[in-house]
Amino acid sequence: MLLVVLEHDRGTLGEPAREALTFGRTLAAKMGVEMHALAIGAGAPATEQVAAASGDHGAARLYTVDHDLLSDFGPEAWGQSLVQVINTLQPGAVLACGSERGNEVMAQAAARLDWPFVANCTDIIPPAGGGGQWSMTRIQWGGSLLEDATLTTGTALLTCGLHTVASAPVEPAPVAPPETQAVAVELDAALARTVVKDRVVLEAGVTLPTAPVVVGGGRGVGSAEGFAPLEELAELLGGRVGCSRAVTNNGWRPHSDQVGQTGTRIAPEIYIASGISGAIQHWVGAMGSKHILAINIDPEANMVVKANWAVIGDLHQVIPAISAEIRRRRDRP
Amino acid sequence: MRVLCCVKRVPAPGAKINVTADGLAVDAAHLGFTTSPHEECGVEEAVQIAERTGGEVTVLTLGPAEAAEQLRYAASVGAHLGVLVSTDGAAWDPQRTARALTAAIESLEAGSGAFDLILFGNESADSGGFQVGVRVAYALGRPIVNGIKGIEVDGPVVRARREIDGGFEVYEMDLPAALGVKEGINLPRYPTMRGRLASKKLEITTLVLDAAGGDQALVRLHRPTETVSQTVILGDGPDAAPAAVDVLEELGLV
Ligand SMILES: Cc1cc2nc3c(=O)[nH]c(=O)nc-3n(C[C@H](O)[C@H](O)[C@H](O)COP(=O)(O)OP(=O)(O)OC[C@H]3O[C@@H](n4cnc5c(N)ncnc54)[C@H](O)[C@@H]3O)c2cc1C
Ligand SMILES: Nc1ncnc2c1ncn2[C@@H]1O[C@H](COP(=O)(O)O)[C@@H](O)[C@H]1O
Repeated sequence: MLLVVLEHDRGTLGEPAREALTFGRTLAAKMGVEMHALAIGAGAPATEQVAAASGDHGAARLYTVDHDLLSDFGPEAWGQSLVQVINTLQPGAVLACGSERGNEVMAQAAARLDWPFVANCTDIIPPAGGGGQWSMTRIQWGGSLLEDATLTTGTALLTCGLHTVASAPVEPAPVAPPETQAVAVELDAALARTVVKDRVVLEAGVTLPTAPVVVGGGRGVGSAEGFAPLEELAELLGGRVGCSRAVTNNGWRPHSDQVGQTGTRIAPEIYIASGISGAIQHWVGAMGSKHILAINIDPEANMVVKANWAVIGDLHQVIPAISAEIRRRRDRP
Repeated sequence: MRVLCCVKRVPAPGAKINVTADGLAVDAAHLGFTTSPHEECGVEEAVQIAERTGGEVTVLTLGPAEAAEQLRYAASVGAHLGVLVSTDGAAWDPQRTARALTAAIESLEAGSGAFDLILFGNESADSGGFQVGVRVAYALGRPIVNGIKGIEVDGPVVRARREIDGGFEVYEMDLPAALGVKEGINLPRYPTMRGRLASKKLEITTLVLDAAGGDQALVRLHRPTETVSQTVILGDGPDAAPAAVDVLEELGLV
């Protein structure tokens, strides 16, 4: 059996869990086994939404772990729960989505079992004919490089890279939700030490990962003040300003604006990248953009070469001219 | 407070990452090396905590002899002690790395007591296994939370913030503890002239330790298939603005 660990937030299943189930369906088929799902939480973690979504995405059975200590996320308590479920159910492999939580829970379980754990796979080939060697391709350098690897193990602990697959329900939809079965765990009260203690909600609004337009600025912007015209253009288009690491390193913008390997992955309708050379570590954060318009004085810049459209010139002149042109057209009766 | 930060030496590639002919490593022939960005912030955070509490910062790396360069850089921005677990330079799998780092920390702590706080990066920049910190912390019996973008030490307690969609969650642990930090937690300082001079004098403790290898083996590195784009050049300078706005209009944004 392939066991998929469902990432949920206090009973609400998010996109990463749907991706893991979608990826897991293909893997279970290659393994020639059923796919089952696991919901860890407190007070009926298999909410109606969790049960329905796991069934819709192909889970044949849903296991639940229900313990007071698990009323909110806690990496150690989740990892310890997963270990006990693995010991009880003896799955052939365990898969989660390679989100922040997914990778952390699998690492916690792997540490406790002293088993290997392979994070952020894009393709997995199970051993031919039971036990033996797994082969996989996994993400290195945030996606700038891929690694082919092998894994020799009993039960494989794996995550699939975030957004490696787009989530999709099975067709036709299953007629009934999956059968649910509780698995008992014993947790040391000390594990409460890493359970979320408090949450702070900041103002909502267009966030960088979901903005429909991102106006990016790099070293070419030259200063913190230099971003004013980019802010203006972003506002005109209902978008957000993003930036490169050169910019955050200079303290011109907060790190929450950084796009790339160690920043945010964006997926706007259009990314207007100005004064950014397009280094690979920036590119992996920007490559999810549907369209790219580069503005750069250097026609050979990587960003220009990889863009759909480019304007060659000084961003300090080009960006205000674009804003002015948008205003002119909008004001036209 | 005594703070330990684990850092990894990684190549600093430019527009593209090239792979050696045998496919086993990044071709670093024309590249400089750096510390993984998350860990560079870990060093800065450790130094800030030590400055506030009158404490001491130790940096630990596992890698080739050249990784001393990353320890010296850390010293140039305020770290006090450097420890190198030397390898032949080949990539070690996550379990082997974690076992050796655990043994190194145990031997350091046997001499001078437990570190109050151990900082890791959320993930290493190159291999990105997302696990070495968790394995080491578990082996040492310390709590650990990853993805941390804010740390506040309050007597015997550490409060840590992790970003979530539209806000953050707060964790609270008794010391000694471990945390996996992310870039953005602070803005690392640049070395001063005095720092650079001090770093030259840093005494580096070298440990030779091996550890049993794990069960994950690297076969080959390769670049993902590249997106090829026929870039349409809309024009030069501000005169190209109408053409750029035509594009935005086509996308329904104007
Ligand atoms: C492990 C690792 C992780 C990293 N993670 C990230 C990350 O998450 N995000 C990230 O962005 N980087 C990251 N980097 C850094 C990355 O390698 C580059 O150094 C960085 O992206 C460069 O930023 P830049 O394009 O703004 O600057 P530069 O490379 O200096 O490019 C500036 C560009 O601006 C153009 N320009 C200059 N003046 C003007 C003007 N007046 N008008 C128009 N164009 C102009 C130039 O032609 C040039 O193309 C990482 C690096 C490492 C080693
Ligand atoms: N060779 C190493 N030397 C020192 N620390 C390391 C090494 N490899 C990994 N680490 C630490 O463990 C963290 C997670 O690494 P990884 O599991 O490779 O993503 C890194 O951010 C470092 O803090």
